[in-house]
Amino acid sequence: MVCLRDKTSFASMAFTLYTLIQTAILCTNAIAVLHEERFLSKIGWGVDQGVGGFGDDPGVKAQILNLIRSVRTVMRVPLIIVNSACIILLLLFG
Amino acid sequence: MEYTAAQSGFRQQHNMRLRNSSMDGSDGSQLFDDTSATGPGAQGVYRNQQAGPQAAGGLPGQSLLSDPMSNLAMAYGSSLASQGREMVDKNLDRFIPVSKLKYYFAVDTVYVGKKLGILVFPYMHENWEVSYQQDIPVAPRFDVNAPDLYIPTMGFITYILVAGLALGTQNRFSPELLGVQASSALVWLIMEVLAVLLSLYLVTVNTDLTTIDLLAFSGYKYVGMILGVVAGLLFGKLAYYLSLLWCCAAIFVLMIRTLRLKLLSEAAAEGKLVRGARNQLRMYLTMSIAAAQPVFMYWLTYHLVR
Repeated sequence: MVCLRDKTSFASMAFTLYTLIQTAILCTNAIAVLHEERFLSKIGWGVDQGVGGFGDDPGVKAQILNLIRSVRTVMRVPLIIVNSACIILLLLFG
Repeated sequence: MEYTAAQSGFRQQHNMRLRNSSMDGSDGSQLFDDTSATGPGAQGVYRNQQAGPQAAGGLPGQSLLSDPMSNLAMAYGSSLASQGREMVDKNLDRFIPVSKLKYYFAVDTVYVGKKLGILVFPYMHENWEVSYQQDIPVAPRFDVNAPDLYIPTMGFITYILVAGLALGTQNRFSPELLGVQASSALVWLIMEVLAVLLSLYLVTVNTDLTTIDLLAFSGYKYVGMILGVVAGLLFGKLAYYLSLLWCCAAIFVLMIRTLRLKLLSEAAAEGKLVRGARNQLRMYLTMSIAAAQPVFMYWLTYHLVR
């Protein structure tokens, strides 16, 4: 029973590598879900609104928009595969 | 071919007879000395010893080396093994840059001693620049300012051992807790390196800091953590807080002085005040990377010293 109590004190500390993978999948999903024309353009984060300043200083906002767009483009298919695998594994093994 | 086969068959029969006779004397296999039995057992042991190596060496050796099929199989197996090794080497070099890693482990005792001194007391060190040799950074053996991976690796392992020691003195130790400590510290390290990489990408800094460099810089805080925990174990909580404060300040100064040269532009790095949003952003980035180190140092050690 003592170890049970101490394990709860490690609750914030018990990060495993599996938690890291879960965090990565959830964050990538969150970025990939942002819709271009329904959401991003409405708040001024559309694709055409990012590339403003040419030269050697794109700025933080342009970099963020670039990142969102590239994550959406590149990770669409791998995310489908990884999410399906996650769903199947969670259904089978809880 | 047939002669050797017949000869091996003869020897097999001879060994078989020997083995059967010695097996009547003592139980147990050929390969192990049965030293527990005495008297007639000793004689059986002696015969066992004689027959053992002979049987073990003779029987498989004869059958392996003289059989042409197994010759072919051995040759094929060894060629397959060497092919496999080539493939592993080629693919491993694609994923993990082994040659680049070797650069980070090219250290010697003088470098380690000086670097540990700088990690604990960076206030007297004057020249923080990494010297280059024809566009390639010099190996850590020749330059104290070059980042290495030896100290972070050893620091990480020592931190896990010291954490186990600290938990043991509080009667909270169990072997799986060591694994939990190790994996959580590793996860925090990976997340910190990823966060720094992301922020470096967002601020578009043109720097020659590689991922492994960032890993090395993030790993230097383990030295301070170890010193803090050991002081806390030896002298109590006050010593833990004092030594942790000292090491946090030292790591803060070290990170700022090292990153300033790598992240900021030339003029700003020399201390002149350069106006402009970009330099301000880079300064904030340097400060936040340096400020994250003491936070992690406290977060990863406060539960060890109670």
